[in-house]
Formats: sequence, C-alpha cells, structure tokens
Amino acid sequence: MTLITTPNIPDADDFYAELLATHQELSLADSHALNAQLVLILSNHIGDLGVLRAALRLAHEGFGPVR
Amino acid sequence: MTNDHAPFPFVPPPGLTMAEPRHKVVIVGAGPIGLAMALELAQHGVPSVVLDDNDVVSVGSRAICWSKRSLEILDRLGVGARVADRGVTWKLGRIFHRSMEVFSFDLLPEDGHKMPAFVNLQQYHVERFLIDACQAEAMIDLRFRNRVTGVAQGDVARVSIDTPDGPYSLESEYLLACDGARSPIREMLGLTFAGELFEERFLIADIEMQGDFPSERRFWFAPEFHAGQSALLHKQPDNIYRIDLQLGWDADPAVERQPEVVIPRIEKVVGHADFRLDWVSIYTFHCRRLDRFVHDRVIFLGDSAHVVSPFGARGGNGGLQDVDNLGWKLAAVLAGTAGAGLLESYDRERVFGADENIRNSTRATRFMTPETEIARLFRDQVLALAAKADFARPMVNSGRLSKPCVYPGTGPDDPRLPDCTRPGAVAQDAPLQNGWLMDRLGRQFVLLVIGGDAPEVCGLKILHLDITEVLRKRYLGDAPQAIYLLRPDQVVAARWITADADAISTAMAQVLEGAT
Repeated sequence: MTLITTPNIPDADDFYAELLATHQELSLADSHALNAQLVLILSNHIGDLGVLRAALRLAHEGFGPVR
Repeated sequence: MTNDHAPFPFVPPPGLTMAEPRHKVVIVGAGPIGLAMALELAQHGVPSVVLDDNDVVSVGSRAICWSKRSLEILDRLGVGARVADRGVTWKLGRIFHRSMEVFSFDLLPEDGHKMPAFVNLQQYHVERFLIDACQAEAMIDLRFRNRVTGVAQGDVARVSIDTPDGPYSLESEYLLACDGARSPIREMLGLTFAGELFEERFLIADIEMQGDFPSERRFWFAPEFHAGQSALLHKQPDNIYRIDLQLGWDADPAVERQPEVVIPRIEKVVGHADFRLDWVSIYTFHCRRLDRFVHDRVIFLGDSAHVVSPFGARGGNGGLQDVDNLGWKLAAVLAGTAGAGLLESYDRERVFGADENIRNSTRATRFMTPETEIARLFRDQVLALAAKADFARPMVNSGRLSKPCVYPGTGPDDPRLPDCTRPGAVAQDAPLQNGWLMDRLGRQFVLLVIGGDAPEVCGLKILHLDITEVLRKRYLGDAPQAIYLLRPDQVVAARWITADADAISTAMAQVLEGAT
C-alpha cells in the first residue's frame, strides 16, 4: 500500500467543516490534545508502517531536514 | 530480619605470602552476575577466583524482578527453586492514570513452562543463595575484601589487589569484570561508557507493611497522590514493598532521602502511616554501554558493560543473559575446543542484546518522563485514549518487561517450523513425561529430535522426544518431525525437518567458529 496523496475524500469541504466543528469551543490546549488523539486513532486505523512513515515525511516537508 | 548484613569473613589469600600459580579465570565482583558466572564456569569444569571489595550482600532490594529466562538460568546453576520458592510470583500489572485504572495486563505465560513469567525477590536474597552455592563448590575461590587496584594485560591478565592484610597480585588467562555500573576495571582501562543520562530523579524505597496487598505490579501516571509525576509499587516477600517515585530533575537528593521527607510521600501512596522504612535511595538513570564487551583478556558482563533504567527489569536479567552466553564459550576456548573467534560472538551477540534492552528502557523512560511539551501531550493523550479504545493500550509504556533477545545471523533454518523457536531464539520449555525439557538439556550441545530419526553425530548428545501437543505447537507447527541443534546456552543454532550428519556437523562447526 502506498500513501494516497491525491484527493480521496468524496466531499472534502464537508469533512473540513466537520473537522473544524469538532474543535469548536475548545481551548487551544484542548484542541491540541484532541488533534493528538486524532493522529493516534487514524494512525492505528491505517496500521501500515510504510504508509505512516510516508505520511510523517510528507507532513515534515517544509519544516527542515528530518533528523 | 529482612536483610541480614552479617559480614562474610576475610580469609588471607595465599598470594599474600607467595605468588599464586596462574589462574584460568579471575572474576571481579561478587554481585549476582559475578557469582552466577563463577557457578556457570564451575559447571563447565572451569575453576575461578572471585574478588569482591566488600563483605556483605547488597544493601537494599535493588534488582527485584527475575524473568522466566533468568529463573531458568538460575535453575541450571542450582538456585532456581530457592529463588522461585522464596520469591513472590506475580503476573498482573495494573496501570493507572490520575485516579482511574486505565487497564491491566496479565503476564501469565502459556502453560507448559517450569518457571513462571516473573518472580520478585530482593537482590540480597538472590546473592545469599548464590554465595551459598559458590561456597559449596570446590572450584570457586570466593575472596571478600579483596579490592582490585590495578589491571594490566598482555598474553595474560594481571590484577593488583589490596586486602586488610596488604597487597598482592594475580595472573589469569581471562579477567571477567562483573564490577557493576561504576566498574573500576572499566575506569582503569580508560574505556568510554557512552550513552545518555535522563534528567530526572527517582526516589526508590523499600517499606515493610502488614496487609493483604495482592501480588501485582501497580504503575501510576500522574496520580493525585503525587501530582504530575509517576509512581510504581511492587510486592516483595516478607511484607516488603518497593516504591519508585518520580521526583523531577530539580529535587535535591540530600533533602529527598531524609526520612521526614520520604515518609509523608509514601503515606500518600499507600494511604496510611503503618509501615517501616527499610531502605531509601535517590537515583538518576542512565542508558550506556561499552563499544565492545571483550577487550583482549578482559571481558565485561552485566552493569559494567551496559546500564539501563530499571523500568522493564532489563538490568539484572540482561546481565544473567551475558553469563548464559559467555560461560560455555569461555569454557570451550579455555579447553581448546574453540578458538578466540567464539568470544567475538559473545561480544557481537550481547552488544545486540544490550542495544535491545537500552532501546526498550529508553523508550519506557521517555514515556514516563516526557522531555518536551509535545512529547507530554502525546503521552497524556495515549493514556486518555487507552481508557476508551483498546488500540492505545499497547502504546502505554510503563516498562517493556525483560525477554531474551533473538540473536541475528544464525544457522540453517526451515521457515515452515514455528517462529518462536527460530534460530537465534532460546529454546522453549515443555513438559515431558518425567519433568521438563529445560532440565534435560544440560550445558552441552544437544540435538533435539522430535518425532523422527536423526543420524548419529560425533560429540552431540541426542535427545529423542515423542510428539506432544506442546512440542508440536512450539517446535513442529505443521511439520511431521523436526531436528533442532541447541547450543549449550539453549539457544537454537539451527533446525531442519530432516538433516544428514554432514549438515548437522557443519552447523555445529560454524557455531564453534563464532560464525553464527
């Protein structure tokens, strides 16, 4: 399996709105905490270490060299 | 009496009056590793002199969790039953976050092993049993209050020793440094002990209290009784409990070890004041190892070679695996049945094992004491998730408990046979009609023949076993029969479904060359 980097969510605008709605009325600290849980939940769902590593690399692009 | 500190007598060694003949092996350090090494060598017919600067067993409980593999090793050395009987067998680990129990794990291994998953027993008891066994063994010359002051090596190893009656020196073919985390031998040889220090302090205390506390391990992340930190409670025999409390890097060790500071902290953990303080220590943890464990005639084992943080019980147990690995190899080299290449395989395999232990203990320590804000965020959210989703539970790391590593780069394999007994792994125990498989293996090479025939191979003990359900699961899988070549440390060297004498001899020769 390879990381999907092309559009894959049928209605991306809906999802984006729901993502923001999930954070509504949370403090910034709680939003960070929720996001951390979300990363862990989705990572577990994906389960494929190769895909997860590709996602980590992609997310890290633009933040300097990977250590 | 929980810890008998009666000193062992100093006996003036012969070397004080006349030069002693060259010894085969001198072992420095009469802790669990040095003592176990002396017994292991004696059982291979190799005499040794054991030197210790002290004359009492360990002060405080120190190493308390002995793994199944350690119990198997101690059993071969004749003290396994004493340790298992005297200790507390535990299998339940419970994890708390704040005031809630997040989950528990059961260490109970599958049935069909002589030894339990873990036994808790204070290091001083284990040392006492090992000293009894050493003193009953004519091939072991145990010398208390013999402090090594210098070491030199060329064709042989030479140590200078100080005693209450003056100095003397010894020569030996090999010098085994089992002299602990602050190893003077390592210092004297000027060897680098690279690694990292965790900027965190822990209070470790033994308390004596009455009560029916269950035989389980409890670990708290950020408990309400010890805000923001972590705590560990472990049961030992004689109503002794081990408590580890994280204190923070800013804690002042001189203040924190005072009973008037310690006692209120412990009252909050156990919920009452009805206990007696037995031993207190303030620790910082390191993960370090030597680049190499074999330095010509000087060989390092245990904490002198590698140190880890205690979460996971990988210090003492890792050291006993060093003993297990080195004993038969050193005996073979001294007997001339193997070349020095075999000692290189000790270095390679135990460096591999130490790295695995360091990796596991580093990860556990980082989980417990997150170094950055984001590390703490993820840690706390893993704990929060663990209470509501199963998948997060394995991510909670309060210590990955010691298991023997699987050595890489080993001999012939047939991948149709079960994964758990692949080459490089320690053979799995199994019940036989009369006793246990582990008890039948001894300390030589063994050809384990299950459910079939095998050719006679010179120099090999052959053990024919009828197929049982447990043997099928652990050694055969779907195969109708199998042949396993086991090393004297019970590590699987090679395995086949069928093999001829040549294949078996070749595999054994490769092991003795240190190639696999």
